[in-house]
Amino acid sequence: MAKKIPEINASSTADIAFLLLIFFLVTTTMNVDSGMFRRLPPFQPDNTEAPKIAKRNILQLLVNRYNDVLLDGEEIDVKMVKPRTIEFLLNANDDPTLPEKTEKEINLLGVVEISKGIVSLRNDVGTSYETYIAVQDQLAMAFNEVRDMKAMSRFGKKYLNLTGEQQEAIKNWVPMQISEAEPKKVKGK
Amino acid sequence: MAKFKKSGKRETPAISTASLPDVVFMLLFFFMVSTTMREVTLMVQNSLPQATQVAKLEKKALVSNIYVGKPIPAYQKAYGSEPRIQLNDKFANLEDIVTFVVAEREARNEEDRNSITNNLKVNSETTMGIVTDIKQELRKANSLRINYGAKQKVSY
Repeated sequence: MAKKIPEINASSTADIAFLLLIFFLVTTTMNVDSGMFRRLPPFQPDNTEAPKIAKRNILQLLVNRYNDVLLDGEEIDVKMVKPRTIEFLLNANDDPTLPEKTEKEINLLGVVEISKGIVSLRNDVGTSYETYIAVQDQLAMAFNEVRDMKAMSRFGKKYLNLTGEQQEAIKNWVPMQISEAEPKKVKGK
Repeated sequence: MAKFKKSGKRETPAISTASLPDVVFMLLFFFMVSTTMREVTLMVQNSLPQATQVAKLEKKALVSNIYVGKPIPAYQKAYGSEPRIQLNDKFANLEDIVTFVVAEREARNEEDRNSITNNLKVNSETTMGIVTDIKQELRKANSLRINYGAKQKVSY
């Protein structure tokens, strides 16, 4: 008859597991990084000239070092950036002071009118990062709202509920054109 | 009276703890999987601004972090209270960014090198001067994908 192997006492596995558990509990950080994704334009040497763009196609946004927001030279509240940008992008009444539109054929949508509008964002060295993000946020809100509107009119759904292909089409219809001015070096700091 | 007295010994049996290790192991695996260890010790103050249109950063392996902010009080004596850049575990100057980007690129697989996102974690009180400088350096290093670190704003 085979010799009986005594059973291994397993009562301490719980303790070991607890020890490990507590270690991971303490070292765990669950926060996922979040933020606003942007793509920078490629680097250009100083001597290249900026492309000429008609004045009506540019929404001039300036954030000065006192954190005031100036839109086409007029001081406005940060919260007003969104409605003004939407108005600028849509140009519903074909106002001659608001951006032109070009016709372009887009997959899934056919020939549509695309706004030529570009948002130009310039900030001062002394602008606080918080204000800058607030302005960027307002702009993102404006673009997302316009995309939502367009998505609603064509597909009857909000932008986020569309399929990848449809999203791509709407993205081409409302391109997010934010141009950040090249920083100017001020002499003597 | 004696009628109702229970006869014989009635002890409650001991609760079996045999499944306790299983329960604990389950928890353990949950935390092991969800854990991310903090890779760097922060040497700068880093409270991010809030925004409504934020998205979560996916593919953590392809994110390289650049911290900007005032040095924390322990370092203020040595490094002053002007906003500084922190790369990995060291304070860095603007010129170091290009080297940093190249090193980050070298550390990734060939096919992933063009999809590295630079996560700018900038303290909300910082001024834009240093941020613009960093952006220029990143453009020079041709690492164009950036993420402005921001927290989800709680709706008001």
